[in-house]
Amino acid sequence: MAILINRGTRAIVQGFTGKIGSFHAEDMQRYGTNVVGGVTPGKGGQTHLGLPVFNTVKGAVRETRAEASIVFVPPPFAADSIMEAADAGIKFCVCITDGIPSQDMMRVKRYMRRYRFEDRMRLIGPNCAGIITPGQALMGIMPGSIYLPGRVGIVGRSGTLGYEAASQMKALGIGVSTSVGIGGDPINGSSFKDILELFEQDDDTDAVVMIGEIGGPQEAEAALWARDNMRKPLIAYIAGLSAPKGRRMGHAGAIISAFGESAQEKVEILKEAGVTIVPTPASFGEIVAGVMADRTNAA
Amino acid sequence: MDIHEYQAKELLARHGVHVPRGGLAYSPEQATYRASEIGGGKWVVKAQIHSGARGKAGGIRICSSDQEVSDAAEAMLGRKLVTHQTGPRGKLVSRLYVEETVDIGQEIYLAFVLDRKAERVMIVASAAGGMEIEEIAEKQPDSIIRATVDPGAGMQHYQAREIAFGLGLENNLIGKATETLLGCYRVFRDYDASMLEINPLVVTRDGNLMALDAKMSFDENALFRRPQISELRDKSQEDPRETFASDRCLSYVGLDGDIGCIINGAGLAMATMDMIKIAGGEPANFLDIGGGASPERVAKSFRAVLGDKNVKTILVNIFAGINRCDWVAEGVVKAIREVGVNVPLVVRLAGTKVEEGRRILADSGEAVIVAETLAEAADKAVAAWLSATMKKQAEGKKEWQF
Repeated sequence: MAILINRGTRAIVQGFTGKIGSFHAEDMQRYGTNVVGGVTPGKGGQTHLGLPVFNTVKGAVRETRAEASIVFVPPPFAADSIMEAADAGIKFCVCITDGIPSQDMMRVKRYMRRYRFEDRMRLIGPNCAGIITPGQALMGIMPGSIYLPGRVGIVGRSGTLGYEAASQMKALGIGVSTSVGIGGDPINGSSFKDILELFEQDDDTDAVVMIGEIGGPQEAEAALWARDNMRKPLIAYIAGLSAPKGRRMGHAGAIISAFGESAQEKVEILKEAGVTIVPTPASFGEIVAGVMADRTNAA
Repeated sequence: MDIHEYQAKELLARHGVHVPRGGLAYSPEQATYRASEIGGGKWVVKAQIHSGARGKAGGIRICSSDQEVSDAAEAMLGRKLVTHQTGPRGKLVSRLYVEETVDIGQEIYLAFVLDRKAERVMIVASAAGGMEIEEIAEKQPDSIIRATVDPGAGMQHYQAREIAFGLGLENNLIGKATETLLGCYRVFRDYDASMLEINPLVVTRDGNLMALDAKMSFDENALFRRPQISELRDKSQEDPRETFASDRCLSYVGLDGDIGCIINGAGLAMATMDMIKIAGGEPANFLDIGGGASPERVAKSFRAVLGDKNVKTILVNIFAGINRCDWVAEGVVKAIREVGVNVPLVVRLAGTKVEEGRRILADSGEAVIVAETLAEAADKAVAAWLSATMKKQAEGKKEWQF
């Protein structure tokens, strides 16, 4: 089923009746996502986009058996909404919101650990473009048309750079099993390693493209994990070769503040771990095509 | 967002951290007045800029008379101080902090940071204070003590005690150190800080524990709920290009090159800058116009980029998801007509409504160099930049010959 979502996934939208929530909920429906309702406190009982609105996530889960949720709630309230989803039994949550304070995210991560691993909600984001399993379901804000269904997984921090990679691949006829945005914040729900683990186990994925950037330890952690545990080819690009130290490049997490956090150092670490490097952001397509061709020849 | 040393010390002092007595001065007269208020015969005059390593750059002076205080103030005020953290442009000194001097027994390094691996607040301390942490990590790595705080429970007394004993402090100082550490943690937590560094925290000869310096940064995403911190912003310490952009809700970082960039998405912006560099150019800036960019917003981005007089070419790269290429194209045309773009302009559009966007550009009759792919966009921008700069150079030569 690719990973995390497919055409059967029952999804709700938190921040459903707001302008942004409505816009993307409709887009998700058009793409074929099984949206079963939404949550806006105080608007429970209404119907929006032909679907029921609930006051609480617990109410929505009870009535619709929703298993996934996407959060379009403004930054001051977003952490609260994520915790509400975790407590209501949602299994998979996507948080699109950009601008959540770091201390709120620390609390969210701590809160989620109240649940046993098997019962724990999986979160991607915040500050991400969401997730798409092409041809099946979209929970996010990406344009569905640039993704061809296929067998290469994508995981990245940036939304638009992920679009760039997917469209270069599509131009060469290479499709995507699932594309996951983990977001640009310093503290996020799922790390690169978390998502690589899922792709490694997924029967519908043959290779994975990882799109990292400057700042933080997650690319290096993923590299070491992949070296020791991954059998599928891993292809990586790191953005920010030209970024100066100590300057925040847009994403709250894109800042070189410690050793090993520059693009050059991350590329070195990935190379040493045997990861195939995409040398420029214009060569995603050809590098992935090369890896897939080698794979076919070897088999 | 960074704040000044004296502002950080005020916050810390309110939470039980001892700091030397001091006062703020905007002029040499005020500086000597502050010195006389403090009393004694020896003072430190410290330039208040958003940077560390001020001492080596001449921004910290010890003075033993009114005249020396006045001279030091005269020498610093209104000047730009260049440290290895400010970049070559330096930072303007418009405020001074005059402080009593302290007899130092021992220097300690203390910092609270956001540890991204642990996803918690981490305390970093070392008995080898006075040096920068990078130097401590290199020369005395074993002296570094680390502890992380459970965000659910907060920092515990035992953690503060462990650090105090780990630093080798005498028994009579353990209570004071615990109070200091817990006070720092409360400031960090209650004001949504992202970094707090006290270097050095000193044991004075008379058995006190004092923060001689203090550096703090705050989480910009949390400023909406920290109005008392937002008020401490000092725009004179920012790159004016960045102030202009941030006042217009644009995410902009000024760099030293001369190819201006207007891009949507932080990752794509970094990647495009990398591409420019690979193609042989240097980016003048990072700029993410964000999602849902209206024509007005695009025009504002042009104003921000062209505010930098170094810019000799502009590259617009939009991969529209929530954005719409037709709106961006309208914004580009609007900018050319209203803002006036007198440098070569390369535009690459992809994604939502790309055909409409390209048509708007073509129909406008304006001189826009259109590119279809990222590689083509970077190559065309660098080519345009090269011919623009060579033309300038050629013109310069002609003038020289005359």
